Amino acid sequence: MRRFVSHKARNLITKTSTISSTICSSSTISPLNSLSPAAAALRFLSTLHPHSMDSITIDTINPKVLKCEYAVRGEIVTIAQKLQQDLKDNPGSHPFDEILYCNIGNPQSLAQQPITFFREVLALCDHPSILDKSETQGLFSADAIERAFQILDQIPGRATGAYSHSQGIKGLRDTIASGIEARDGFPADPNDLFLTDGASPAVHMMMQLLIRSENDGILCPIPQYPLYSASIALHGGTLVPYYLDEQTGWGLEISELEHQLNTAKSNGIDVRALVVINPGNPTGQVLGEANQREIVEFCKKEGLVLLADEVYQENVYVPDKKFHSFKKITRSMGYGEKDISLVSFQSVSKGFYGECGKRGGYMEITGFSPEVREQIYKLASVNLCSNISGQILASLVMSPPKVGDESYESFSAEKEAVLSSLARRAQALQDALNSLEGVTCNRAEGAMYLFPRINLPDKAIKAAEEAKTAPDAFYAKLLLNATGIVVVPGSGFRQVPGTWHFRCTILPQEEKIPAIVSRLTEFHKKFMDEFCG
Amino acid sequence: MSTKPLDYENLNENVKKCQYAVRGELYLRASELQKEGKKIIFTNVGNPHALGQKPLTFPRQVIALCQAPFLLDDPNVGLLFPADAIAKAKHYLSLNSGGLGAYSDSRGIPGVRIEVADFIERRDGYPSDPEHIFLTDGASKGIMQILHTIIRVPTDGVLVPVPQYPLYSATISLYGGSLVPYYLEETADWGLDINDLRQSIGQARQNGTTVRAMVIINPGNPTGQCLTEQNLRQIIQFCYEENLVLLADEVYQQNIYQDKHPFMSARKVLFDMGQPISKELQLVSFHTVSKGYWGECGQRGGYFEMTNIPPKSVEEIYKVASISLSPNVPAQIFMGLLANPLKLGDISYEQFSRESKGILESLRRRAHIMTDGFNSCKNVVWAMYSFPQIQLPPRAIDAAKKVEKAADVFYCLKLLEATGISTVPGSGFGQKEGVFHLRTTILPAEEDMPSIMSSFKKFNDEFMDRYE
Repeated sequence: MRRFVSHKARNLITKTSTISSTICSSSTISPLNSLSPAAAALRFLSTLHPHSMDSITIDTINPKVLKCEYAVRGEIVTIAQKLQQDLKDNPGSHPFDEILYCNIGNPQSLAQQPITFFREVLALCDHPSILDKSETQGLFSADAIERAFQILDQIPGRATGAYSHSQGIKGLRDTIASGIEARDGFPADPNDLFLTDGASPAVHMMMQLLIRSENDGILCPIPQYPLYSASIALHGGTLVPYYLDEQTGWGLEISELEHQLNTAKSNGIDVRALVVINPGNPTGQVLGEANQREIVEFCKKEGLVLLADEVYQENVYVPDKKFHSFKKITRSMGYGEKDISLVSFQSVSKGFYGECGKRGGYMEITGFSPEVREQIYKLASVNLCSNISGQILASLVMSPPKVGDESYESFSAEKEAVLSSLARRAQALQDALNSLEGVTCNRAEGAMYLFPRINLPDKAIKAAEEAKTAPDAFYAKLLLNATGIVVVPGSGFRQVPGTWHFRCTILPQEEKIPAIVSRLTEFHKKFMDEFCG
Repeated sequence: MSTKPLDYENLNENVKKCQYAVRGELYLRASELQKEGKKIIFTNVGNPHALGQKPLTFPRQVIALCQAPFLLDDPNVGLLFPADAIAKAKHYLSLNSGGLGAYSDSRGIPGVRIEVADFIERRDGYPSDPEHIFLTDGASKGIMQILHTIIRVPTDGVLVPVPQYPLYSATISLYGGSLVPYYLEETADWGLDINDLRQSIGQARQNGTTVRAMVIINPGNPTGQCLTEQNLRQIIQFCYEENLVLLADEVYQQNIYQDKHPFMSARKVLFDMGQPISKELQLVSFHTVSKGYWGECGQRGGYFEMTNIPPKSVEEIYKVASISLSPNVPAQIFMGLLANPLKLGDISYEQFSRESKGILESLRRRAHIMTDGFNSCKNVVWAMYSFPQIQLPPRAIDAAKKVEKAADVFYCLKLLEATGISTVPGSGFGQKEGVFHLRTTILPAEEDMPSIMSSFKKFNDEFMDRYE
């Protein structure tokens, strides 16, 4: 019903705006009686009954808002929250005692502990007046105190409550640039950095810049993290899909990129950028170097901006793969500012630090003219600046304790504990999923997710159709109702048509994994028994 | 090969069109001069902590404890932190699973939104629904989100006061809509004549604009005035009759330096007016932790409250909020502390009260120093602290034209070079044709104010003598 109404509304809006633009283009003022009958009727109606067309109703809201979707916090989560409330109000009302949120990469909500050193520095920067007190030395490590002093010296007036430079505090950008250089072996310029409230606002900024009309296309991997599809829809552009190959561990084939690019062009789409998520979300693959070089060549040849989402750069679990930034790859190929436009995104939300709630991150932009940089700066300045605490955290992430620092050993131990636990959980869940009938699951080489494929029997697909739900959403809802486990249906990420997946995080606490595995296995067996017959 | 996507000529036109003067030409020039070693007094943006205002102690204690919860287990924590800060930290940590490091509900932590609703109810005397309150990374984000929901096509218009805070013009430009100006009357304490409003909307409609929303900034920025209750009633009635959603930017509600016109929230006046209007007028109200006496700009904390917005629209607004996952959690805690402050009897109450009063009273004194200072200058009139009118002589305007600058930009650049005072030219905010202003703030340290004002007077009076 809602879709029908919004479809109707869209038609109405299109008609109305066509009428309005006709009026606009005429040089004389059009009194009511010279309008077309439809427009006159609309005007008349609106004066008669002003409140039949309230300003913000579902029918009159910006259609781009209506169009965009974001499944990670979509329908399935709403259902889960209702069930959670049920359990609270009425214990025993469901065949499980807790909801297990496996829908979102939000590690600290599932008891992952923050990195102590980072939190020490942040606490001191939030409350600098205790830095001079002797008691502070008893409560905080010496190098955290030292780092806090260093950071505060870089902030004018030590004022962490003041708006900063719109690109972020200069001294912190210097630190991050050094961190990038240490990681890649190639220089980074602090003036290329824009510190943002998480990586997501930076992605939005680039989409805003790139998309002029619905004829502008952005190449996105399928399956993709739905920030991209949502952002493209919000800014009125066109998503041009390129399919990752599930058979080859979610391989990215240049031939597929070329094919999709050419198809888009022939449909009148001006393709402007290529999004690559490495390590992948939801797919978890880590690109090989040779593959990355091919991608760079492709972007250079086709004049595409390369948007490199690298937020999972510190989440690699397999010994045969390593993260290489696209900045490093392009520079190692001898390509510089004049050869390729590259935007790299990083975040404090992932890795082993998992500081989602802080909203910290940055984009590094290279290969752009000064005029364009001015425009990016202008966009950043409208929101004044990103939150200071998040900026500080971004600098800590890119410049953590080093060998010899007092906190280095405990820092390393915490980092290792988180990463090895993530790797173990990835393996355990992967194995469990692969043991289920009709389910195949590529390994999670990196990131925080598993994206198994379920071969749904025809009977299940029919039942889903009758319930007016996508088959993978149908499965996910039944899974939730039977076990309390919340996953995101694959259709939220898009997939090869006719295939069904779901995304499950590897984040539940290690001690809960066996219970998840057994409940999932039990549910799946019952599901297959019911729908295979 | 053809031009590249991010070549200047291929950028989204809306991005190119949008302007945001607060960090525009004057600010960039001031930053250059600062790098060269000149002492600059930045009064271009309301950024109190950058000009020496100290953060309130209690919230910083609470947030530090939330950042480092392991401190709470340390037996010595009481040596550095008072018991009520410790209790508050535990309270806020319990409200979001995973503390500061986890994405919260995309609308903000439910417990904090309840505190905000209670704050609104205490302020206005009418209940507020936490489900209709969304916390955001600063009020600016919330304003941009709502405008994005409203603006569909280039002919969708938003009524914006002139002068205005340029976030509105920038955002409307960015989202491809139309800004429909309505003029505030300088000689009437920047009040509103309802006939001017009717004229603005009538003109816009004749031009084919569908006017959908009206922005009020109350207290005003840059103008500093509070709208009278009568004006608010007229505005609400007007929006109801003209089918507009009212957007009430109320971020300065705690910065009132005169007693003639106290602050009244749009929501309170709406409910005072009773049914049917109180149940039908669509209203979105905005607030922040950046202003008032908190001045915590760097936290990026704010909220919007929706009144009479249909559930399906609220769902859509939620959906867009969920794409960015959640507002930053530390700022949400600041908002909670603002909404649910310490009470008489709390250990830290006395200090908190003293600090708050100290800041507010100083702001009030500075406002008056500035007002009196400006009004004593040649050709400077109607100052209500920070948006004085500068009556530029024709020869000055000509001199500006010669160097291809707007007259007020010319004046402000000269002021900057001569005194180090960095202001924002009135053209950045919009003004009537041929009338010039500059915007400054009352935020420089109180002890510096007299010398700043005399510096300004010396420059101004010499400038006027030169060009008359």
